[in-house]
Amino acid sequence: MTTLPLLFSDVTLGQELPRLEVDVTPTLVVLGAMASRDWRPMHHDYAFAVHRQGLKDIFLNTPNQAAWFERYLTDWTGPHGRLGRMTFRMKGSVFPGDTMVLAGTVDTLDTDETGCGWVGLAVSLRVGDETKTTCSARLALPTTDDDNPWDRRGERWKP
Amino acid sequence: MSLPPAVAAMLGVRQYEEAAEFPVERGYIWNTCAAVHNANPLYWDDVAAASITGGPIAPPTTLSLWMRPHYWSPGHEGERLALRLHFDMKAAFELPEAIIGDNTLVFHEPVRPGDVISHAQVLRSVSDIKTLHLGTGRWWNIDVEYWNQRGDTVGIESYAGFGYRKPGQ
Repeated sequence: MTTLPLLFSDVTLGQELPRLEVDVTPTLVVLGAMASRDWRPMHHDYAFAVHRQGLKDIFLNTPNQAAWFERYLTDWTGPHGRLGRMTFRMKGSVFPGDTMVLAGTVDTLDTDETGCGWVGLAVSLRVGDETKTTCSARLALPTTDDDNPWDRRGERWKP
Repeated sequence: MSLPPAVAAMLGVRQYEEAAEFPVERGYIWNTCAAVHNANPLYWDDVAAASITGGPIAPPTTLSLWMRPHYWSPGHEGERLALRLHFDMKAAFELPEAIIGDNTLVFHEPVRPGDVISHAQVLRSVSDIKTLHLGTGRWWNIDVEYWNQRGDTVGIESYAGFGYRKPGQ
């Protein structure tokens, strides 16, 4: 499949990304924990999460949340989009039975001294009315049809 | 409030410098993508990966995956832990519970199948005693630096952990 890359010039400040809704299941939580080699019991053991930790269920682990944010962002950019930096703050846990909604807005656009085009995004992961995690991301997009952020190395890559 | 000397001595010191127990492999790349339904062709289509990234790569957010120990391996007893400085801080302050609050990931050279990743952990700071809705304890900041077998930095992670004791605990 050939798709046209999203270019830096295609993006505008305040632009909203398409929302992503995901129904969280126990399988999804366990799959994410095992895929990231996170063996801590609160991500797969209901009794531990409830009786030892006082939570309502097992919950999404940190690396898996990062993977969800990455997937959300690169669904939008396509494969030429290259993540430079991501910061996220977890305010509450995401449990089986939750419907998590990821939404994002472009909040900065800049070009660095090497000519790399950077998009800053504010992303939220919400369940119902509650924001569970906030994420700020900085990713590079091609500035022209023949630019490829993945070609950048060393001093030409300033994430 | 001053820190215990043993903790103060750890600030800024590289610890747990070690190489991964296994090379980067595509099974975990596909498991990671499957877990979040990530259809990015960089991870599924070798032709796309060859033209865009010069061959297959791992999703950038898998950084910590490659350094997580096997749950068990010969010669080890009990659960083996990743991010050991986090657990060192829990033990140093005798705090039975802990969470990770903030996590920053900075991505450098792409990680590729066959790479052997190494890492080191650095304790950057420890707060005074704080009381949150979870309980009373301390925040600590830990950086984890990752590099490949050629010595290229592949990423840096920063964690803010909060170790605490629940009310009545």
